[in-house]
Amino acid sequence: MNFILRRFRPEQIRELVLILLILLVIFFFGFQIPNYLSARMFNRISASAAIIAVLAMAQTLVVLTRNIDLSVGSIVGCTAYFVGKQLADNNEMDPFIALLMSIGLGAILGGFNGFFVAFGRVPAIIVTLGTLALYRTILVEYSDAQTITTMMLPQWLLDLPRTNIVSYGKMHLRLMVGGMLVVLVIFQLILKYLPYGRRLYAIGSNPEAARIAGIPSQRIVFLAFVLCGALAGLAGFMYLARFGNITVVAGLGFELKSVAAVMVGGINIFGGSGTVFGALLGAILIDLLDNSLIRWVAISEFWRDAMLGMLILLAVAADALVMNRLRNLWTRSDPQMKSKEEKSHVG
Amino acid sequence: MLGDGELLTKIWKRLKSWEGFLLAILVVIIISNSIKSPVYLSIGNQINLFNLSIEKIIVALVMSFIIINAEIDLSVGSMMGLSACAFGWLFQQGVPVSAAIILVLILGIIGGAFNGFWITKIGLPSLVVTLAMLIGFRGFARVMVEDRGITDFPEWFDALGQQPLIGPFPLSLIIFFVLLVIAIIILQFSGFGRYVYVIGNNREVARYSGIKVLRVKMILFVASGMISALAGLLFAARVGAVRGDVALGFELDIITMVLLGGVSIFGGSGSIFGVVLSILIVLNLRNGMALANITGHVQTGVIGVLLILSVLIPNMQKMIHAVWNQRRMSILK
Repeated sequence: MNFILRRFRPEQIRELVLILLILLVIFFFGFQIPNYLSARMFNRISASAAIIAVLAMAQTLVVLTRNIDLSVGSIVGCTAYFVGKQLADNNEMDPFIALLMSIGLGAILGGFNGFFVAFGRVPAIIVTLGTLALYRTILVEYSDAQTITTMMLPQWLLDLPRTNIVSYGKMHLRLMVGGMLVVLVIFQLILKYLPYGRRLYAIGSNPEAARIAGIPSQRIVFLAFVLCGALAGLAGFMYLARFGNITVVAGLGFELKSVAAVMVGGINIFGGSGTVFGALLGAILIDLLDNSLIRWVAISEFWRDAMLGMLILLAVAADALVMNRLRNLWTRSDPQMKSKEEKSHVG
Repeated sequence: MLGDGELLTKIWKRLKSWEGFLLAILVVIIISNSIKSPVYLSIGNQINLFNLSIEKIIVALVMSFIIINAEIDLSVGSMMGLSACAFGWLFQQGVPVSAAIILVLILGIIGGAFNGFWITKIGLPSLVVTLAMLIGFRGFARVMVEDRGITDFPEWFDALGQQPLIGPFPLSLIIFFVLLVIAIIILQFSGFGRYVYVIGNNREVARYSGIKVLRVKMILFVASGMISALAGLLFAARVGAVRGDVALGFELDIITMVLLGGVSIFGGSGSIFGVVLSILIVLNLRNGMALANITGHVQTGVIGVLLILSVLIPNMQKMIHAVWNQRRMSILK
């Protein structure tokens, strides 16, 4: 017991539990669904989880500051369609320009959200509920009811989802999954070590204290929304590459999945705690359930959303009930840490 | 005794408030609509305009209570869908329609109590709980009807939603007006209404004053669930068919109506009068756009912009006021 207390923090225990839960789900469906534990399933689920994971990381940045972004689904749709359209019109476009274009467009759309939230002082839930509708409307108007099909897209984009970094037998680590992992590492480092990352936590834990401490809250929250939009744009690019056929409903409902992933992943909805790694675990669990329930014959696939809703509630309730007790246990049982903490507070 | 001047300043003050601003906008919309289309002002069109969004405006009434109480209920659209689908499912199982209606209303109460349980007993934020149930209720609705559509309800049930009942007014409109009167009485003239405001203003103060905060919140969420279920039934009756995506995204319109009506998102202020004005604005705006052949998607976008502006404009006003006051103080010094 002491060993556990000394070695881990409550947040890490939570992430470990989540990993165990993911393994449990995999084993369960492994017994239930024939051919479930195969390389093909790994490739498929890792590729589809990658998109949700990027969105969940985007959402994390905003949620850490005690805000929320419900417009990410519409941003995914907008960037996927817009960039797809540009690529369809101009097949010779450089891949990097296309990538930059999607990230840039996402950042601009996120910037609108951030502007209203940070400088207009409008609650994020209102702004992004509005832009959720607004961006979708812009997409519908811009698309003129046309669909982007794989036929119109350049070959390199169609090959992208099948490009591997490393392969082990038939198990492939796709380039897109690798890209997601790079993003994960970058943001994990930013949040942990850069002043900007620490300030996100500070604003989320106590906005008033952060303001008094001289942290430029408005600018940082604005930038969080821009980054969130940029990552959503990246997810839009991945969506375009993975599916190829883009209609006006692309990315519909992704905002709920990203929020769900964040909550299951242990990022406090009141801001101030959580990691992008947790968000990744949440995204994997949700996508795993999504993909497995479709193939499970025992119950209808329509149970997906109902279970997702319950899962979010349970995760958040468990956080509220269990995590506080765990934290208390930690501070009580470790006098050294306690005194150290007190000292650091004084210092 | 009010002198003439005092009376005028009182009226002027009233007009300068948010409600006055809404009234001015409403007048502009009505005038421009009636110039654009001759049928706009006919009784038929006016009733039709109400009837097309009747479910939303009914739920907007109870949503005003919840937002004034500094909470939010994002699950109303899904609850409407769930109740409509549950009704269709029960009907398909051979349950008599009248019994099905009662069962669905009970389902609404249970759903609302479920939300209320997590919010009041476990202490989770309503934003999280109702966001989860926005997904969850919709999921249960899909489980019930899967991807089918259920139609062929009895004639009298469809007629309730579609035919006029008393004079030119259909049942749903009558229900709305009855609920409106009840809402005004409860919120503006009863002790419970005062509690709703006090809790929205400052929960701690309310608790120390001996108000049963949790019970008030529980009642509001149960009411929200039940009214949403009722609205879902009205939707089923009006459209005469039920599908898994009934009332998808209605929460956007409903919350827009409430916030545009001057109800503060932070709770504690707002009035049913303002909400009614903003309901009229949204309905007339949508109707005017429809008469001008603007499609549903653009309408939704306009509502989205309206939602942001309805909070942004008062905020801007406050900020400008603050800056202005600061300047004035520094000059006086």
